[in-house]
Amino acid sequence: MSGPSERSVRVNSEPCRVWEKGTGEPLGFLAGLGGLVEWTPFLDSLAQTRRVIVPSLPGFPGSGPSHRLIDTLPDWIAATLDLLEASGLDGCELVGHSVGGMLAAEVAAFSRSTVKRLVLIAPFGLFDGAEPVADVWARRVTEIPELYSTQPAEFAAARLTPPKDLSPEAVVEWQIVQTRASEAAARLLWPMGELGLAKRLHRITCPTLLVWGAEDRIVPASYAKRFASLIGGAAEIRTVAGAGHALDFDAPEALSKCVHGAQGR
Amino acid sequence: MKLSWFHLMPYTDLPDDFKERHPSVWVDIDSRLFDPAKAHHMYNDFMDELEFAAELGFDGICVNEHHSNGYGMMPSPNLIAASLARRTRDAALVVMGNSLALYNPPVRVAEEFAMLDCISGGRLVAGFPVGTPMDTCYAYGQNPSQLRERYHEAHDLVLRCWTEPDTFVWNGRFNKLRYVNPWPRPLQKPHPPIWIPGGGSIETWQWCAQMDYVYAYLSYFGYKAGQATMDGFWHEMERLGKDRNPFRAGFLQFVGVAETRAEALDLYRESAEYFFNRCLHVDARWAGPPGYASEATLRARVSSQVAQAAGRASAGAAFGAPSFEEIVDQGYVVIGSPDEVAEKLREVAVSLNVGQLMLLLQYGNMKKELCFYNTELFAKRVMPQLRGLFEGEWENRWWPKPLPRDERALVRG
Repeated sequence: MSGPSERSVRVNSEPCRVWEKGTGEPLGFLAGLGGLVEWTPFLDSLAQTRRVIVPSLPGFPGSGPSHRLIDTLPDWIAATLDLLEASGLDGCELVGHSVGGMLAAEVAAFSRSTVKRLVLIAPFGLFDGAEPVADVWARRVTEIPELYSTQPAEFAAARLTPPKDLSPEAVVEWQIVQTRASEAAARLLWPMGELGLAKRLHRITCPTLLVWGAEDRIVPASYAKRFASLIGGAAEIRTVAGAGHALDFDAPEALSKCVHGAQGR
Repeated sequence: MKLSWFHLMPYTDLPDDFKERHPSVWVDIDSRLFDPAKAHHMYNDFMDELEFAAELGFDGICVNEHHSNGYGMMPSPNLIAASLARRTRDAALVVMGNSLALYNPPVRVAEEFAMLDCISGGRLVAGFPVGTPMDTCYAYGQNPSQLRERYHEAHDLVLRCWTEPDTFVWNGRFNKLRYVNPWPRPLQKPHPPIWIPGGGSIETWQWCAQMDYVYAYLSYFGYKAGQATMDGFWHEMERLGKDRNPFRAGFLQFVGVAETRAEALDLYRESAEYFFNRCLHVDARWAGPPGYASEATLRARVSSQVAQAAGRASAGAAFGAPSFEEIVDQGYVVIGSPDEVAEKLREVAVSLNVGQLMLLLQYGNMKKELCFYNTELFAKRVMPQLRGLFEGEWENRWWPKPLPRDERALVRG
């Protein structure tokens, strides 16, 4: 698996990393909780048939602490629009996962021309007290892997453990990047990931696919129906068996097939 | 030096098996354990204790703010301080304090502190803690990534409320106020002394130095664990070119005094174990919301012994389960006869270089009678041995300056 090309764009005058790989029609991807510290098999699978463009949101790996320039939901939406435009994704198909899914839904609702087709993978944005979204920030460290993944040991090794060859200083920086990503998501989502999206989903009229891991322990898979019922356009639901919230990790091939399927391929 | 009497107001009737049956004393503590009829007596006992300490000549009496907390029943320390303002005559009212980001708008803090300062005739110390993660981010839903930004803006707003004579506009990042003009204003000019209760964050030390505020390290883990933090604080003051005036620093210490050490060990075992086991039974889930600690603090915690020790001390709150022997050995509670306690506290004050010492003489499920005994022995036989330390040598610029006694209101009854 070869890596992507990398460039940098500016959002609020601060750098954000943009990865790109593949050829064909552009397909944007906004990552979920924790962001992306390395190119993944899921992205590589998407890049087999598409020009995949992966911009990093402020505060997530690949950017600095620029999430601290962002205070409100309108600030986040403006930053996401700036990021998509600077990355060459304006008017393109957009895939958003988890926290990235919430922002993808917000920009699609606010700016209909920005998103041609929308794929939301286990997005945040709704909250039902009868079946609440989990509080990912009120967890003992030992509970984290199984909260995210149906393969907790592998997930912990791949996503929650610094690479073995790092110097002690680099390990500290690795931890800072992890914490910063968590903080950036918290800056948007705290305390429950609900900022009124339900009132705006009717404005999403582009074709939309909702993909959920059947065993999502963070945003329950039943939320797919809540989203589908509120979205203004045609919304299709796919569920990936055996996958949790981190379904890009748990089931990269199945997820990739779902995303491709949504584009009629 | 100044000796103040601090109350946390712990619920004194948590069950024996609290630790085994309940995940946390904080945030999601089971409300069915709270008996309001018992709390009626607890609050009144606690306020008796604070008033008793003031009568016996403690320089200050201290209250603080916690939320959804089984060891701290003061969501509003200002309510307690208001009553104490009427029922005490000379003691400073050390409110440690109001967690600024939790008040909307923060003008409320400027107003209530000004009320307390006026009612008490200028006896208020204004404490401005950021607040713990449990209080601020979980119980009060504050965004951990914005907490410190909101805190600093609120601080600037409160200061302006106290010092700006004209009605002003506050167009802040988080607060938009077209007309700011609190009424009343504080009696002390330009404003009451400001103390900052904090953990071991270097940025807090630097800010206290810059603003000329007291840094108060309110650890529950005593002088031995506190040494590294206070060494770090004084090292930073030196680096910033500040003097070693011990009144720049406050420190909290649990104490148990009796006629003999053997008697003290016997008398204070139960309440100390109750506090350090049941009251500090805090679920680790609440330990570290992302953004609560700055990146500089996180880096320092990894690279510096000082910050590591401070981190351990605060993290200890989540895991502590010591025996009474460990509690005493580790110095969490200073135990002994009046002479022993006086000698130890003098040593602690000099070693940590702390002029504003706050004493916890009620802790855990300690009964009022024992608390009175502890307080009275301390006031009569420990305090005289500590009086005068640092005085004359250093000026305490951070102590309230009340109206002269004969100009203060006579309270009826």
